[in-house]
Amino acid sequence: MIETVLTDPVDYIQRTREQYDDLGFPPYAWVYNEDAPPFTPLSVPLSEARVGLVASGGIYRSGQIAFHYKDDFSFRVIDTQTQLSELRVTHFAYDLRDARADPNVVFPLQTLRDLATLSRIGELGPNAYTFMGGIYSSRKVRDALAPAIADRLQRDEVDTAILVPV
Amino acid sequence: MSSAWSITRAVNPPRAVYLDFPLGHTAGKPNDKALQRHIMIDTLSAFESIQQPGTIRSLPYVWSDTDAATLDWKQWAFRTRPRTDDGSAQDGEVEVRDARTPRHTEPQYQTEADHDAARAALAADGCPTCVFLAAPARI
Repeated sequence: MIETVLTDPVDYIQRTREQYDDLGFPPYAWVYNEDAPPFTPLSVPLSEARVGLVASGGIYRSGQIAFHYKDDFSFRVIDTQTQLSELRVTHFAYDLRDARADPNVVFPLQTLRDLATLSRIGELGPNAYTFMGGIYSSRKVRDALAPAIADRLQRDEVDTAILVPV
Repeated sequence: MSSAWSITRAVNPPRAVYLDFPLGHTAGKPNDKALQRHIMIDTLSAFESIQQPGTIRSLPYVWSDTDAATLDWKQWAFRTRPRTDDGSAQDGEVEVRDARTPRHTEPQYQTEADHDAARAALAADGCPTCVFLAAPARI
């Protein structure tokens, strides 16, 4: 049984159910997308691709308004040339210590800049887009936040985008 | 990228990579540039190699070399007290780790200096890079 705990993924849906049950809350209505997802093959080699970065770990740049913890579905535009020392992290649902020590663990900006320098990707898009997950309303994400970020990525003319949730 | 397999399976994105690390480390461990780069190279390669929509590819990295450390984070993740294997609450005296944070409605700055910087930026130009969206209409 220990072996299974060690090797199996933690089932966060089940654990959220247990926690809500402990707290006397009704079960959270998780979104299950049953249909086949839209799928577009990459149209250029990675070494020529402009790559977008989107992260939900609550990253903001010093000088921007931080996220709040109650259904905040706003987002921040972060120039991908931003220095790491200007990045900040705020979120209610995970231990922030490592992300604050090195934002790349939830916002792999320097990792991707390095890979662009090494020509493993063509380049990063001009902007990264960040928000704070733990938004209770999936409707706000589906109908407002996701389309707004997708629109920005299209305007940036990226070939593909990496989503880094927490 | 994902460290929550069941949630990613439910969301069903076009393609994903799964990293079996504690939440808050979706792209690696802090200040371990080599690991972060390996993880990202594997992630990027999935754009070229995954052909089947909905594929979640598991990445071959482990959080800890010791079973005890792995067991500790896996048993405690998203839990305020330990559970038995079938998910039922344990009886008797148990350690309780309540890590939940109140749902503040005010911005939660990492430092007070950030708060001052945001105030100054707001007064100067209103923060054009902070995008607040209107709630979608209920239909």
